[in-house]
Amino acid sequence: MGGEASEAAKAAERVARESYGRLIAFLAARTRDVAAAEDALAEAFVAALRVWPLEGVPGNPDAWLLTVARRRHIDAVRQWQSRRVADEQPALVNHVSALEDALDDIPDQRLALMFACAHPAIERATHAPLILQTLFGLSAAEIAAAFLVSPATMSQRLVRAKTRIKDTGIPFHIPDREQLPERLDAVLEAIYAAYSKAWSEIGEVASAALVGEAIWLGRLIVSLLPEEPEPKGLLALILYTEARRSARRGPRDEYLPLEKQDVTLWDEALIRAAETLLREASAGGATGRYQIEAAIQSAHSARRLIGIDNRAAVVALYDHLLALTGSPVAALNRAAAVSELEGPAAGLAALEPIAGDRRVADYQPYWATRGHLLALAGRKEEARAAFTVAVGLSTDSAVRNYLRSLIAH
Amino acid sequence: MRFMMLIHHDEEALAAAPKQELWADFGAFNEALAKAGAGFTPGERLQGSKLATTVRLRSGRKTVLDGPYADTKEQFAGYFMIDVPDLDAAIKWAERCPSVKYGAIEIRPLWTRD
Repeated sequence: MGGEASEAAKAAERVARESYGRLIAFLAARTRDVAAAEDALAEAFVAALRVWPLEGVPGNPDAWLLTVARRRHIDAVRQWQSRRVADEQPALVNHVSALEDALDDIPDQRLALMFACAHPAIERATHAPLILQTLFGLSAAEIAAAFLVSPATMSQRLVRAKTRIKDTGIPFHIPDREQLPERLDAVLEAIYAAYSKAWSEIGEVASAALVGEAIWLGRLIVSLLPEEPEPKGLLALILYTEARRSARRGPRDEYLPLEKQDVTLWDEALIRAAETLLREASAGGATGRYQIEAAIQSAHSARRLIGIDNRAAVVALYDHLLALTGSPVAALNRAAAVSELEGPAAGLAALEPIAGDRRVADYQPYWATRGHLLALAGRKEEARAAFTVAVGLSTDSAVRNYLRSLIAH
Repeated sequence: MRFMMLIHHDEEALAAAPKQELWADFGAFNEALAKAGAGFTPGERLQGSKLATTVRLRSGRKTVLDGPYADTKEQFAGYFMIDVPDLDAAIKWAERCPSVKYGAIEIRPLWTRD
């Protein structure tokens, strides 16, 4: 298939997923029954994924999906009348009629669905998978592959979460001002988790799809909540990272740290889009975690692209991030930035407060950074020991090889 | 939706609580429940778990144990009923309950036939 044809196929699939997500969100918001909504549209969605990439996107995608769903709806009514079995059939019938009634004006409830999926009454680890399934129709198996759990486990978690939405009274609405910050955090965290998953598992088939979904979700939430700065911060952060995707591996697929990347491979358009978002976010008020992280990525990009020395500004941004989140990961990255500015001894001193923290004991980047700083300080034996732990904690073979080459030096 | 709100107290924390203030707060909270309308019932408070007795019948044999069903730090201590549109509204009522500072409020939707 030519590049253009496959682009068209991807675009068709995108519209199918978007239309599907909109219809699911509308139905689920009415009944809280996500599983029944999915059931009502499942066959129509599968048909759209098959037909649209070949024959093109129909003029009214929602109506197309609905026509196919209606055919199944008629079958269901017949089956229901003749056999009077299958408890779920009346629900399906009701769902399709509700859609028909509303077809001319289907309100966009996707944000409400996202907030329901990221509700604190649902297990945290299930937020991102649930959003990906309900808004994009990704299968449990596809999501499981990206989140490194078995399809059976993932499917069980998703079913349990949908039951919780239906039976515990989890609302479908955008939370009020008072609750918005913590709830929005969960939604943003879910999107970032999906993106990070895909970023850390390069080469996996499922992760390429996941990157696209995460960026699309980020854009959606920016467009649905244009007044909120943090969604823009998150999207900027993702786009900065994404811009460097094709530069992070060398010709032999070896791992390349930022300093060694070929900047001509960076995606300029993505970086420009990220800059714009970050500017808008900063104008929009309170500075949150994602804005700061995006600002740090912006500084890294500027350093490599224009060659300006902004090391002090990066440390200041990390100070801010650490004060805001108290996260050991922020402390770790801050120590690396301090080392860049003041030398490895100062970096190691900055690392000291989290040295005994159990949360970093099995965190690969902690050991890799520690090894790096020890090596710079000339403490070779200790550096080797730290790098060895980092190798033991790596799951990516390119990263493992890179760390092994550092041990050899 | 109707929810039963189960109050679980850390009995040690409760023993150390400023009682007068706590029971005054509870009085106000029960007033608020009574005013909230049909489907709301003011809290019922249980005696401490020291006074609990637990009965089981297995293969026709009855066992009676002195003590609560579960020997945990936080013990079932009382309940109140609410009728609200969704879980977020229920969570708000849980936050208002004075006991939330001395243990936990478990929110359970009532079984409905539909």
